[in-house]
Amino acid sequence: MNDMPKCFVTEVPALVFDEVSFTHRGQRLLGPLDLRLEGCRRTLVMGPNGAGKSLLMRLAHGLLTSSSGRLRWEGPTPRQAMVFQRPVMLKRSALANLTYALAVNDTPRSRRRLLAREALERFGLAALEKRPARVLSGGEQQRLALARAWLTRPEVLFLDEPTSALDPAAIKAVEDAVLEFHAAGTRIVMSSHDLHQARRLADDVVLLNAGRLIEHTDAATFFTAPSSREARAFIRGELVL
Amino acid sequence: MPADANAFQTALALILGMDPVLLGIVALSLQVSLSAVLIAALLALPLGAALALWRFPGRGAVIVALNALMGLPPVVAGLTVYLLLSRAGPLGQFGLLFTPTAMVIAQVILILPIIAALTRQQIEELHGEYREQLRSLGVSRPRMIPTLLWDARFSLLTVVLAGFGRASAEVGAVMIVGGNIDGVTRVMTTAIVLETSKGNLPLALGLGLVLLGLVLLVNAAAYLVGETARRRLG
Amino acid sequence: MKHKARIALTAIGLLGLSLAAQAQNGERYITLASTTSTEQSGLFGHLLPVFAEATGIQVRVVAVGTGQAFEIARRGDADSLLVHDTAGEKTFVAEGYGTERADVMYNDFVIIGPDGDPASITEAESVTEALRRIAEAEAPFASRGDDSGTHRAELRLWEAAGVEPGGAWYRELGSGMGPTLNTAAAMDAYVMSDRATWVAFDNRQSLALLFEGDEALFNQYGSILIDPERHPHLKHDLAVQWHQWLLSEQGQQAIADFTVNGEPLFFPNANAPYYGLTPQTAPAAPRAHCSGSAAPRIRRGGPRRSAGSPAPRGRGAGRGAR
Repeated sequence: MNDMPKCFVTEVPALVFDEVSFTHRGQRLLGPLDLRLEGCRRTLVMGPNGAGKSLLMRLAHGLLTSSSGRLRWEGPTPRQAMVFQRPVMLKRSALANLTYALAVNDTPRSRRRLLAREALERFGLAALEKRPARVLSGGEQQRLALARAWLTRPEVLFLDEPTSALDPAAIKAVEDAVLEFHAAGTRIVMSSHDLHQARRLADDVVLLNAGRLIEHTDAATFFTAPSSREARAFIRGELVL
Repeated sequence: MPADANAFQTALALILGMDPVLLGIVALSLQVSLSAVLIAALLALPLGAALALWRFPGRGAVIVALNALMGLPPVVAGLTVYLLLSRAGPLGQFGLLFTPTAMVIAQVILILPIIAALTRQQIEELHGEYREQLRSLGVSRPRMIPTLLWDARFSLLTVVLAGFGRASAEVGAVMIVGGNIDGVTRVMTTAIVLETSKGNLPLALGLGLVLLGLVLLVNAAAYLVGETARRRLG
Repeated sequence: MKHKARIALTAIGLLGLSLAAQAQNGERYITLASTTSTEQSGLFGHLLPVFAEATGIQVRVVAVGTGQAFEIARRGDADSLLVHDTAGEKTFVAEGYGTERADVMYNDFVIIGPDGDPASITEAESVTEALRRIAEAEAPFASRGDDSGTHRAELRLWEAAGVEPGGAWYRELGSGMGPTLNTAAAMDAYVMSDRATWVAFDNRQSLALLFEGDEALFNQYGSILIDPERHPHLKHDLAVQWHQWLLSEQGQQAIADFTVNGEPLFFPNANAPYYGLTPQTAPAAPRAHCSGSAAPRIRRGGPRRSAGSPAPRGRGAGRGAR
């Protein structure tokens, strides 16, 4: 069981999915879904490919609008950041990518380089400051994306399969970074198809299959005695779409 | 100006001779076309980017019209500007006809659609790639314009060079609105037309080679700038 | 990024200023609408420096076809007009766009053709006979077809010859004198050209001068003062200086002094100016004569002596009805 983190003084509002569904070109890809994400926890969204994990993340972050149902925060909308499966970096140096994020957030110009360097340091990228971001390795770029997210001080961090394209050393580095965010009080919502990763990181698990919510339980229960048939199949590695 | 039987010899003699009349014509050609490209780029780059980012009713028609205007015949652009700037026309009181300013205006109209249409294409592709990440970072759509333009800078440089090529090559627009006045509005292309119509073909061709050389120089310079920047930033 | 934007804007501002400064650097100048034949002969290269030295006024020549020159002047885009279409010039004044028209100089047209002369026009007795021979032989003929003074003169000659030109042998090119000669040289065609352009033309190939001298080939050039009331912004006083200088002894002498290969191309023949009387070709209408001047009308014929005295400024009693 993971340690209880320090949370923000005022707790991050809960995110509520109320009969949310998403339809594209007449085909219902997700839902209807009822889900509640709250507290300062690390939630792993799991399921086979095509289950709708990415859609769920994008709906939650506000990049997509639901076709029906209601998606709302129980309180003022918190600051959020998202890290994607493939990091998207601007054609500039690593440092410049970070100062860009600070500029967008109206950080005063004089502070930007300092804060950016601190973030690079924290995520082990200080030596790569002047390197063009696009020539960094996959793992380095993903850590840079996390550094960029860090600078916005998010209350919720969404991660959409952030390690699926990385080698084991890079995976570990990213997971450590995620733990850092959590330790600072950020709610984590992360999708993954890697069971071992889930075992390492999850406080609770959301299982999706074919666009439907199968189960939402805390991690301990999920991995030892899940209630649904699909969850049991999934843990054994047998769940197919 | 000297005229030999062979066009290449003529071109060489022109360049080496540093004839002041020729130098004046070359300087004016560069001034007019470079000014036109700068002004057109300043207007068309954000315009193309905005067109890529915003959806609105009739957007498809605007894109089609812009693409079509890439083929605007220079002489038509020249005639339109002439009618506008003529004393008998709506903007006559500025007295701009038969001046280099009028030539710049006509060329801006000519190359603005080229830069805008090609920019829209580039930015739309880039936007597809960046959209989610930028929105996640909280970048507003207006704020995306300079970001995307800067990130597309290498291909946009080629777009701007295409505009410059069009401007320095055309003769129809500058002939009508400039009047090909000796020492005032005579540029390389109109000088070539004049020498051709005088039957002075070797000289005309020689001037043509000089013009080609100029345009080649500008493109080479731009290429070097682009490559150096690319190597420094990946 | 803001820094870069500022630099770019400054650069553009400087470029724009330098261009604007070039156009109006405080010098005194007029815009003269004239014809391509006059410019391409090299006359202005000879004439304008003399005028500039005498008066300090620069003349900016916009050389286009005669039809376009009239249009430019009608729109008020030129301060003065120098063309070679007497009938058109008189109409221009009669319509009220100009206040004064005067003879300045003349040259003549010549018939050019392939040196083999398939239509045998060298044996013709008159230009109309020469044209008839060309039409009968259906030999290729290149016409300017651009509503220029030369083109209008050519059409009048065809009419006088009783021929309606058309068909595969008659090619209307819609281009200036030089390009027309180029095309005629390439097509081995007959072409009517003004002598000045022909003498200066460099790409003759197998073309040669085959017919000249007929009185009907007389080509008169006229200078027109544009009406300042219709276009008050024009530099009327500078234009008047130019007009009067052309008609003055110095101007007329400068015209006579201009030679190419030792040959003079234009013959000065300034006379009293034309004040907008009804054109000769119009049906009879009441006419008024300006006080004090005899024989204002232009006659075709041989060379005339230069008048010497500049045309009186001001308007006569008989202005044509607008």
